[in-house]
Amino acid sequence: MSTRPLLEVKDIKKHFTVRKGLFGEKGTVKAVDGVSFSVFPQESFAVVGESGCGKTTLGRMILALDKPTAGDVVFEGRSIYGMRSSELRGLRREMQVIFQDPFSSLNPRMTVESIITEPFIIHGVYPDKAERRKRLLQLLEFCGIAQSHLERHPHEFSGGQRQRIGIARALALNPKLIVADEPVSALDVSIQAQILNLLKDLQRELKLTYIFISHDFSVVRHLCNRIAVMYLGRVVELAESETLFNDPQHPYTEALLSAVPIPDPNIEKRRKRILLTGDVPSPLKPPPGCHFHPRCRYAQKPCRRDSPDFIEVKPGHWAACPIQPFRQKPSDAALTALG
Amino acid sequence: MEPVLSVRGLRTYFHLDDSVIRAVDGISYDLYPGKTLAVVGESGSGKSVHALSILRLLPEPPARIVAGEILFNGRDLLALGPQGMGDIRGNRIAMIFQEPMTSLNPVLPVGEQIAEAVMLHQGATREKAWAKAVELLKKVGIPHAEERVQDYPHQFSGGMRQRAMIAIALSCEPDVLIADEPTTALDVTIQAQILELMRDLQKEYRMAIVLITHNIGVVAEMADDVAVMYAGRQIEQASIHSLFKDPKHPYTQGLLSSVPSIYARKERLEAIGGQPPELTREFPGCPFVVRCPVAMDRCRIQDPPHFHLPGGRVSNCWKQESESEQSRHRYSPAQSAAPS
Ligand SMILES: Nc1ncnc2c1ncn2[C@@H]1O[C@H](COP(=O)(O)OP(=O)(O)OP(=O)(O)O)[C@@H](O)[C@H]1O
Ligand SMILES: Nc1ncnc2c1ncn2[C@@H]1O[C@H](COP(=O)(O)OP(=O)(O)OP(=O)(O)O)[C@@H](O)[C@H]1O
Ligand SMILES: [Mg+2]
Ligand SMILES: [Mg+2]
Repeated sequence: MSTRPLLEVKDIKKHFTVRKGLFGEKGTVKAVDGVSFSVFPQESFAVVGESGCGKTTLGRMILALDKPTAGDVVFEGRSIYGMRSSELRGLRREMQVIFQDPFSSLNPRMTVESIITEPFIIHGVYPDKAERRKRLLQLLEFCGIAQSHLERHPHEFSGGQRQRIGIARALALNPKLIVADEPVSALDVSIQAQILNLLKDLQRELKLTYIFISHDFSVVRHLCNRIAVMYLGRVVELAESETLFNDPQHPYTEALLSAVPIPDPNIEKRRKRILLTGDVPSPLKPPPGCHFHPRCRYAQKPCRRDSPDFIEVKPGHWAACPIQPFRQKPSDAALTALG
Repeated sequence: MEPVLSVRGLRTYFHLDDSVIRAVDGISYDLYPGKTLAVVGESGSGKSVHALSILRLLPEPPARIVAGEILFNGRDLLALGPQGMGDIRGNRIAMIFQEPMTSLNPVLPVGEQIAEAVMLHQGATREKAWAKAVELLKKVGIPHAEERVQDYPHQFSGGMRQRAMIAIALSCEPDVLIADEPTTALDVTIQAQILELMRDLQKEYRMAIVLITHNIGVVAEMADDVAVMYAGRQIEQASIHSLFKDPKHPYTQGLLSSVPSIYARKERLEAIGGQPPELTREFPGCPFVVRCPVAMDRCRIQDPPHFHLPGGRVSNCWKQESESEQSRHRYSPAQSAAPS
């Protein structure tokens, strides 16, 4: 892996002002509250966490679709929020997005051909008709779309086919970085597998870098080499994928891994789960100290008071849990429970 | 032991102006007390329509149950009138849905809705019914149930709403619970809580569960038996262990090998190519034939019947014909045209 990051996220925050309840006073949702990480060229970097933890908000800031409340995003050494609009246009060619919902993200009135080639027109590339055609056919081939589909409209396709069209469009300008926000969550298992294989192949062939946003650990494990786990706007753990699965350091990661059902009845029926009590707290009123402490089975006094620092526990393995470095692993920790 | 619910050759079609959608086109299974049968299959394969057919909750027309039997404790539900069905529904057979917000009434307190169900089905007094509502909310793990019973659905989180739905379903201690994607809208940590709750309550009440899901992990965790559906048809049925150990139908094989798992990292997933067929098209052969890696000529012309295999399992694939226990089939063979 190259040592120079492609993308650096620096203590980024996004706070929304909202009204509490129907008539209530104003409150603040700290959707993203101080997140930092670097992504290296050709990495597949995952951001995982439960609904509402801030994944999409983070993704939008990385793509410069939303301005952060504080902090910075640096792409190839340049701060993206300091850019002039002409520079930002150039940046938009380098970073593309794939959305969760292939149904609403494609314009229903456009043909497949115009959807995929629209970025050429917006950015004034491939002005030569023959060149443009060549590129279009190449994209179809990359993404497994039949040429006969070019004149058809999105509603004529199934979810998986629409997602292929969305991917072809994202690849049109030869980007370096793709932010994929739950790209397979809306798809059936058998179609999901096709798209995951496609994303994997494309990454290898086109030397892409992915930021993969997902709530599904199984999908992430299949595709990603590093994982950041978010809880209520903060990253609580970050590690190489295999390390995270085999040796989770944050109690939330441990519980999350233990909750994921495994498609194997021999394992599943013998397995001991760590069941979390309670719900994810309201982001309007997160608990003091470590946000996770009310659901944490290891919580101690300091957890209720102090916001834990993000510590490099082992080389490349970061966790935000004050008791973690001193914690004895219980015998039924996540992966022991798996096997 | 006698099955509490038997579905035999069920077919439910939607008769639209210009087409017929064969939403459910042959499903048969037996469900025993205290057991869980999972119904799995891709989106649109007829899982929900099959469940709604059992409870007669589909708009008829356009829906019509064109063939089959649904036996509940030996009684054919399809022969019952609306009155008889009303006594069964929500009483002996209860159902919970994927999106609890759409099935809870937003303008009534949660407790009121549970109490109503209790009064309706058990003829309890108002006071008794409210006490029961509190008891049920406690049972499904709602903290401070005495106070939360007054809350409206929007004041509950997604997981709490699903618990409330389960409380309503349990209020009459049903023999059968049909759960249609009960955890699909929930986060995994909350899903784990709800599944645990369903298992505990099942033990306590010896309730039989029909669990509809597309999540193979949830199936592995919960099911005793599995029915696999494809394009409206049941294509395989087996006990959970034999299905995962030795899936017979090529679709089931493909399905199981295309699921990613956190337990083992695979280099490549073995995806099934292609798309499921349109249900309005009539196809003479096996519905899976266009995506099937081992299809034979025969599969294109002749629909495979239910082949009964050793171990009480069933597969609808011509490849299993030689293993089949009988040349005649117990249930209505899938190839005989249904009346329409
Ligand atoms: N425009 C907005 N105004 C107010 N609050 C917002 C806005 N966008 C997001 N939020 C809040 O910020 C938090 C994070 O939302 P976000 O969509 O980033 O979560 P997520 O992790 O993507 O969740 P999901 O898995 O459900 O997609 C949530 O509490 C959400 O309600
Ligand atoms: N009221 C209706 N009118 C016409 N067609 C319908 C109706 N309800 C369902 N269908 C069709 O019946 C077929 C089976 O639908 P069903 O809802 O049972 O699928 P499912 O297996 O539950 O899918 P999912 O996993 O997406 O919930 C689909 O093709 C659907 O479009
Ligand atoms: Mg999101
Ligand atoms: Mg359904």
